[in-house]
Amino acid sequence: MIYGVSYIALLFFIVFVSFVLWLSFYFARKTKSAASYYAAGGQIHWAVNGIAFAGDYLSAASFLGICGMIASVGFDGFLYSIGFLAGWVVALFLIAEPLKRLGKYTFTDALNSTFKSRAVTLTAAISTLIVSIFYLIPQMVGAGDLVTPLLGLPHWVGVVLVGMVVIIIVASAGMTSTTYVQFIKGGLLIVLSTILTIYILKNGFTLKPDHKDQPYHEFAILSPEVANGKVVRAEDWKVVSQNEVKGKNFVKLEKGGVERWFDLVKKEEKYTLTEALSISEGDNGSKLYNGEPKSKAKFYQVGHMSKIIVDGKEVNRSGPVGPFEFLSTIEKSEIVRFSETKFTDNGKKVTVYSQNITSGKDFMLPGLKYKIGKGASVWSRLDFISLMLALFLGTAALPHILIRYYTVKSQRDARKSTILAIAAIGAFYVLTLFLGLGAAVNGVLDVESSNMAAPLLARAFGVVLFSVISAVAFATILGTVAGLIIASSGAIAHDLMDSYMKLDLSDEKKVRAGKISAFAVGVFAIALGILFKGMNVSFLVGWAFSIAASANLPAILFLLFWKKTTAKGIAWSIIVGIVSSLGIILTSPTMWDRYGLDTANAIHKLDNPAIISFPLAVITVFLVSLMSQQIRNNNTEQFKA
Amino acid sequence: MLHKPAAETGIDNAAKKKARLGVWFFFLYLFFYAGFVAIGVLNYELLGQEVMMGLNLAIIYGFGLILFAVLLGILYNYLCSRYEDDMNDKEEIQS
Repeated sequence: MIYGVSYIALLFFIVFVSFVLWLSFYFARKTKSAASYYAAGGQIHWAVNGIAFAGDYLSAASFLGICGMIASVGFDGFLYSIGFLAGWVVALFLIAEPLKRLGKYTFTDALNSTFKSRAVTLTAAISTLIVSIFYLIPQMVGAGDLVTPLLGLPHWVGVVLVGMVVIIIVASAGMTSTTYVQFIKGGLLIVLSTILTIYILKNGFTLKPDHKDQPYHEFAILSPEVANGKVVRAEDWKVVSQNEVKGKNFVKLEKGGVERWFDLVKKEEKYTLTEALSISEGDNGSKLYNGEPKSKAKFYQVGHMSKIIVDGKEVNRSGPVGPFEFLSTIEKSEIVRFSETKFTDNGKKVTVYSQNITSGKDFMLPGLKYKIGKGASVWSRLDFISLMLALFLGTAALPHILIRYYTVKSQRDARKSTILAIAAIGAFYVLTLFLGLGAAVNGVLDVESSNMAAPLLARAFGVVLFSVISAVAFATILGTVAGLIIASSGAIAHDLMDSYMKLDLSDEKKVRAGKISAFAVGVFAIALGILFKGMNVSFLVGWAFSIAASANLPAILFLLFWKKTTAKGIAWSIIVGIVSSLGIILTSPTMWDRYGLDTANAIHKLDNPAIISFPLAVITVFLVSLMSQQIRNNNTEQFKA
Repeated sequence: MLHKPAAETGIDNAAKKKARLGVWFFFLYLFFYAGFVAIGVLNYELLGQEVMMGLNLAIIYGFGLILFAVLLGILYNYLCSRYEDDMNDKEEIQS
């Protein structure tokens, strides 16, 4: 999409980021010990910690990714809301208190509190690093997407900007400042999403979602003459070429020196050509957007309804609607989505985004992304189950969420924090359905990246709302990335350098090592954020959940609930969880597409690995623990002696 | 120093009872969550059935799962706090 700079948004952005930095330096003066750096000294109030939990968890995946996915594939996006919240049930009922009892600074410490095993230290630290990095990728991708319309800068600049600011935050103050940043943005995110939902309901529905400064583009519909499936004439347009791709027919037409792509559709023996959006790449790498240079701004935001049914009648627009009426109206109406198709035309790479009329009934059911209805393949159904499993089990095993249990002073506070977080996060996830659907029908979608649905929806309702929401979304990313980098730096400096390599660093040197690690992880995250541009951030986070669920959760659960668990069992379970989940992800159809290969030739059809990797890790910890009982008994005897 | 908890916790006599309650609540929620996934995979059409206020089962079930998690959490906290008050000394509760 093509964006200009918004100076009001820029002002809000600078003020907000400056405030966040000031907060970091303020707390930096108070951070003297390792306890203070990694766990805020265990003295954060439970209510602050609860909202900070929400702020930590409501990452780019929730605000940008889920809203974007709902806007583009309907209910399938809401599956992430349901699963992300359900994961907290596992965290609260099974993990929060026992872990707090074991707790030190990091996930590795907790896991190793019984065994003092170097193998557990090493594997848990590596697992923490891998999960955190997989969680970091979508945050950085989201940051790049966000900065583009905010500042009119390229994607990579946004990624670098977030990386640099976060490195400063983390390297300066650690957990205390991170907690307060997350507290502020968590609270603001919920309040602003509520305001945005009220705007959506007040606005109602219209067939032509014009914006204040820009009318909605009227997509041309032509009646062509067709012979043997080929378009020979198209009103006053000149036919240039025609391509058949995966059963669809795309026709390039020219008028006034501008070439545009149309989708040829046959309905009841009658042909129509429907205008599409397109990006054509030339030999020298230059791109034409809808047949014209970027500066002409002819690449429009989209997302509209083709039919609105209110009280059984078809209307052009509705007045304000209530929340349930909003959802039921969409269910009875028709939504126009835009489907991406890539092909080559006369040696030029072309990406066409064609209109896809979808009934509201289908839009409000699972199935547009994860096919589970009639005719769905076994792979597709397994993928759906696998996703739901990963979301349910992943939350409780995310290292950056786990370390937050150590920032409050008692088990009761850890529990109260978690419940407050569940309530706040639950309220937000209900709102995501309204934000996503609102974006789908209000002409604010960027076909190149679904991640910008919520901020662009805010821009449709006014630049001030957009500015504040963008600044908060940016802070959302800052807060989450900061938390992840803390977890990663803890894994490197504390688990690997101090516990595993036994470097015997002084308290001051441990903090310095943590800060240097934070810098290194931050730079790595920047590079990955640039590489994964264009992918939906919720989908990417789903991978982090799968790895966490497979590598960490079996180890934690067995440690807490099965007395026969051994250090070997835990270490092997983590290894099997990491290797199997990473193996399935790296050979998935989505990664095949990233490698530039045909997804049809991917080794398997599973995008989400948890359905295989989680049971594998569970079996491993069980079997290896049983097999290593003798060693455990010997160790216990030695200890008694 | 690094092998001590960031904040010390006292002896919790209610720990076992709370853990058992947590496991029960977990399986209760899992039952309903798995129910949603099972309907999706085994009887997809059922999710499209209108249930109330013009909304289909998928939406109502999805909202229901979110609300249920919150309510179950509040009940869990209430019961755990009661166990702690009954089984622990006041000094231990504070710690």
